[in-house]
Parts: sequence; C-alpha cells; structure tokens
Amino acid sequence: MHNTIKELETKANEIRKSVIEMLVEAGSGHSAGPLGMADVFTAFYFEILRHDPKNPSWPERDRLVMSNGHINPVLYATMAHAGYFPIEELKTLRKFGSRLQGHPHREFLPALENSSGPLGLGLSQSVGMALALRMDKGISPRLGSGQTTDQYIYAFLSDGEQECGITWEGAMLAGKEKLHNLIAVIDRNNIQIDGFTEDIMPLEPLADKWRAFNWRVIEIDGHNMEEIVGAFNRAKSIFEKPTIIIAHTIPGKGVSFMEKKFEWHGKPPNKEEAVLALNELRMIGDKIMNGK
Amino acid sequence: MINSSQKLNPKLFDKDVEQEPIRAGFGHGLLEAARSDERVVGLCADLTESTKMDVFKKEFPKRFIEIGVAEQNLAAVASGMAAMGKVPFLSSYAVFSPGRNWEQIRTTICYNDRNVKIVGSHAGVSVGPDGGSHQALEDIAIMRALPRMRVLVPCDSIEAKKATEAAAKNDGPIYLRLAREKTPVVTTAETPFEFGKANLLWDSEKPSVAIIACGPMVYNSLVAAKSLAEEGIEVLVLNLHTIKPMDKEAVIEVAKRAGRVVTVEEHQVMGGMGSAVAEVLASNFPVPIEFIGVQDKFGQSGTPTELVEFYGMGVKSIVEVVKKITQRK
Repeated sequence: MHNTIKELETKANEIRKSVIEMLVEAGSGHSAGPLGMADVFTAFYFEILRHDPKNPSWPERDRLVMSNGHINPVLYATMAHAGYFPIEELKTLRKFGSRLQGHPHREFLPALENSSGPLGLGLSQSVGMALALRMDKGISPRLGSGQTTDQYIYAFLSDGEQECGITWEGAMLAGKEKLHNLIAVIDRNNIQIDGFTEDIMPLEPLADKWRAFNWRVIEIDGHNMEEIVGAFNRAKSIFEKPTIIIAHTIPGKGVSFMEKKFEWHGKPPNKEEAVLALNELRMIGDKIMNGK
Repeated sequence: MINSSQKLNPKLFDKDVEQEPIRAGFGHGLLEAARSDERVVGLCADLTESTKMDVFKKEFPKRFIEIGVAEQNLAAVASGMAAMGKVPFLSSYAVFSPGRNWEQIRTTICYNDRNVKIVGSHAGVSVGPDGGSHQALEDIAIMRALPRMRVLVPCDSIEAKKATEAAAKNDGPIYLRLAREKTPVVTTAETPFEFGKANLLWDSEKPSVAIIACGPMVYNSLVAAKSLAEEGIEVLVLNLHTIKPMDKEAVIEVAKRAGRVVTVEEHQVMGGMGSAVAEVLASNFPVPIEFIGVQDKFGQSGTPTELVEFYGMGVKSIVEVVKKITQRK
C-alpha cells in the first residue's frame, strides 16, 4: 500500500468535511450516501484506481463508471482531493455554469467517464467498456485468448438500483462473457428515498442473487480500509468471472444525527447542522491522529 | 418527370421492378463499413437474422455481441463500447429499440455524446401479419426529439446501404429506420446520397404541389406523381431521407416553387417527418400542408399493401390528397 491505514482514514475524514461544506453551500443534494461511501472512495482513488489526475484522458487508465450519480458530492470531493481540480471549486456544486453539475455530466467535467443520475444505467455501460477492452487487449491467459491487460473497469452501484431490471440484464451479460476485468461495488446502505430497502423492495438475499448470475461476491465492511483495499485486490486475482464487492456501509457515517436515517438520503444540512457535523468530524479526525 | 440527374432505377415504373427489403441494404452496408473500419462492432437483441446483422456476424464473429432479449442493456452496453473507441451498431425491431430503451438512449448515448448507431428495423404498418404490436409508428418522433440524435430513413435497400456507411463515418448518435417488407428499388448505386441533403426525384416545370416523402413511401409518391402528371397535375417529389438535421434549404425551395406541401410517411402524423417539415416551413415559408401518415391509431394484421392502403398511405390516397390540397390557397 502507498498510504498507511491512518493516512487513508484521515483523508476520508477530510473528504467527509468537504462533502458537508459543499452541500451546505449548494443548499440541495444528497448527504447520507456520500458520507457512507467516503471510505470506499478514498481507498479506491488513493490505492486502487490506475489514473493520472493531471492527464485524465490517459488511454491506459482504469475506468470508473458511476451508476449512482446522486452521491456525486463524494465523487467530486475525492477527485478534488486527488488533484483533478482545486478543492475550492467544490463550493460551486449545483450552481449555474459550474463544472460540478447536480448529477455528474461529462460535458461539463470531461474527467468523468460517464454522465449519470438516472439509476440502473452504469453497470451495462461498464459491461460494454469491459467487452471493448477485451476485444482490443484480450483477457487472462488462463482463458487462453491472448494478451493480458492490467486495465480494469469499475462500476459503483447503489443498493436501490438493484431494483432496476436493467441492472440484471447487465449482470447476466457480464456473467455470460466471464468479464474478469470488470469489478463492481454496491453501496449496501439499506436506504433509499422512500425508506429502508427491505421495506420498499426487499433485496435480500442479495449476495445469492449475484452468485446465481455467475459473479464472484465479496462482502466487506465498507468502513474498514484494510477490508476495502483487500477486496479490490482479491477481485483482481479472480480470472473466471466478474466480481462484485458488496460494501456494507452506514448512511451518513461520521455525523451522528445523519447515521442510518433515510430522511437524510436526499437533503443537505442547513448552516447550524453543518456546524454540528463539522465539529463531529473534527473530533473524529483528532481521534484518528491520536490512534483512537 | 423523373429528375434525370438522380440516376434512378430505369425500371422504376415497370411491373417487374426489382424489390428488396430495405433492411437487406443495412446488412450489406454494415459489412462494408466493418471491412473499412475495424472500430465497427455489432450488437443485437436476439434478432440477428431478421435485422440482417447476420451477414456481419458471419464475417466478424469476434466483433459481434449477442445481448439477448434485453434492449435496455443493448443501448447501454453499446454506449460503454463507444466510450472505449468502438463504433457500435445495435439492431432490433424499432418497437423495442428505440421503443423500449428510449431513456437508455437518451442518458447513456445522447447525454453522454457517444458514437452509437441505433438501427430500428420493421418500422411502419408494412410489417404486415405480425400485427400492431410489432409495427413501430412513433420512432421518428421519439428519436428526433433527442438532442444530438440524427435520424435517417432510407427509401430502398440501395439507399439503406449508403445510409449505413454514412452513419459509420459520421461521428455521434444516429438513428437508422428500416422497413421489413420487400420494397421496390427506386435508386441506383449512381444516385447521389449525401447525409443531410434531400434529393429531388421528380421535377416539373410548373408544380402546384410538393410531395415530401421518406422511407418506402417515396416509391408510392413517385407512382402517384406519374399518375397525377397523366392527369395534368404537376408536382415535385422530394426524398427527405435525412429527417434530422433537416435539409431546410431543399424543403423551403420546394415549398416556394409549388406553394403547397404534402408529406408522406409510414409513421404517426403526430411528431413525425411531416411535423418536422411543418416546423421548418411555419417559421420560414408558411404554405398549406397536408400530412399523410397514420392518424393517431395502432396498426393491425394484414398484407403490407392492404395496411398501407387502409391507413391512407397508398398511391390512391396520395393522389386524392394532392388533388384536395390544390384547392387550398
């Protein structure tokens, strides 16, 4: 690993602060999902993803397809902290003329691999990318079809969009094509706009569903840096099928009054709430520095 | 009379004029495009033979992806392949693609600005015995409403081949609309074809009506024009194969020359090619217009000819509407 666990945890905490700061400035947007996925995004961008923030169109880069575009505050915050654009620019979120559109739009921010927002569309696009990559560069020599590639296609999905039919159309095709260069992550935070997923439309047994579609399933604690990094690395050692990492996360993680509350799925903190949230995150930051 | 510069099929008005399904031209065109550009790939949703993608699949099996009955996936997977530099052609029946997967086309192809070609076969009532469920009559409307999408409706198999090759060369989202049935071959390999440029196929010295047609209705319009000429009624026939971007100059020009316009399409009148023509003429050169097409109805089973006539798009109907509009000022 390039970073220590402590460094990654500190970075994730900074990204959470940025998420709160940009949301209160924007006055609208999603809070719970971005806070819940801050650890996964941090580990992913700073340990896993092969990319060059100064040269975003580098052809040999990995691709991240964001399917759940509504959690883009964490995407933008992580990209800013990784060096794609100034952290100050995060405050333009959702404003007229901003590169940081309310849902990701690559016409405004070309460093994004795809525009997104409408749920259910990311997995299929990532399947298409993985198929194209395999046509050009071959797949694992263990399947006997030529060259290998170190390039990976990643898809980040929400749990709510497991309710979309197209998610399973994409899953079926990836299973059929044995796309080992495709690694998907589900943010399993159990909430969606109208309530808890298991009340709205039960998803369980979710891991069994994916196994039945011929995917390798890895379940992790989405707040444990070692587990997150380890899961991606294990996924890369699987050559006969695509892998899905089900990351169990706590929506609103790090801000006590937002945690596990679906009411915080789609709204931002007001000024007072933001002050409280930032105070809590500062205390968490101190704990990380002092070894908990 | 026939515009000789267009080099149309000399046997056009013969009883034994050769006929070929428009979709067959797509099959040949895709093969040519794939031979000259290795980025071209094909995706199909369990209709490879009937959309004529089988020709491509046979020669380029590694560049073909069978998606199964999953048209939403078909569109989004193609978008992903285009993101990696491929030029994907996806084919199905127009009812399913772009019918079923409109939002995937909107978000993952048009909003994302991906170089994907959507091929909707079996459009129009001429699908015949399969019945109304399989006769796409709304696809032009839903495709032309999308920013970045261009819309091509070739009139015969030869034009379909040219349109397919043009689609491969023109970067960005394109919808290609095809018909199932055998259609008289109107054009020849020598007929000029330029993306976005309409062709004046029938010219007259003192036209009183301009017929603007697309797809298989171009043939019916030409037969109607000949019959009208025999009665002393002079018309123009414009083949508007590219509905978007529209050749505004050509449309305004024929409206100016004739003073009246009749549009003919195998599609709902609402939102289709005629609507697009009316949008251009209302703003630039308003003239009386009559719209021939399906009048807010679904199709049904029957032979293609029976259905085209029943829904008012046959030669007799075109002749009647042209006569009717000459009374309008």
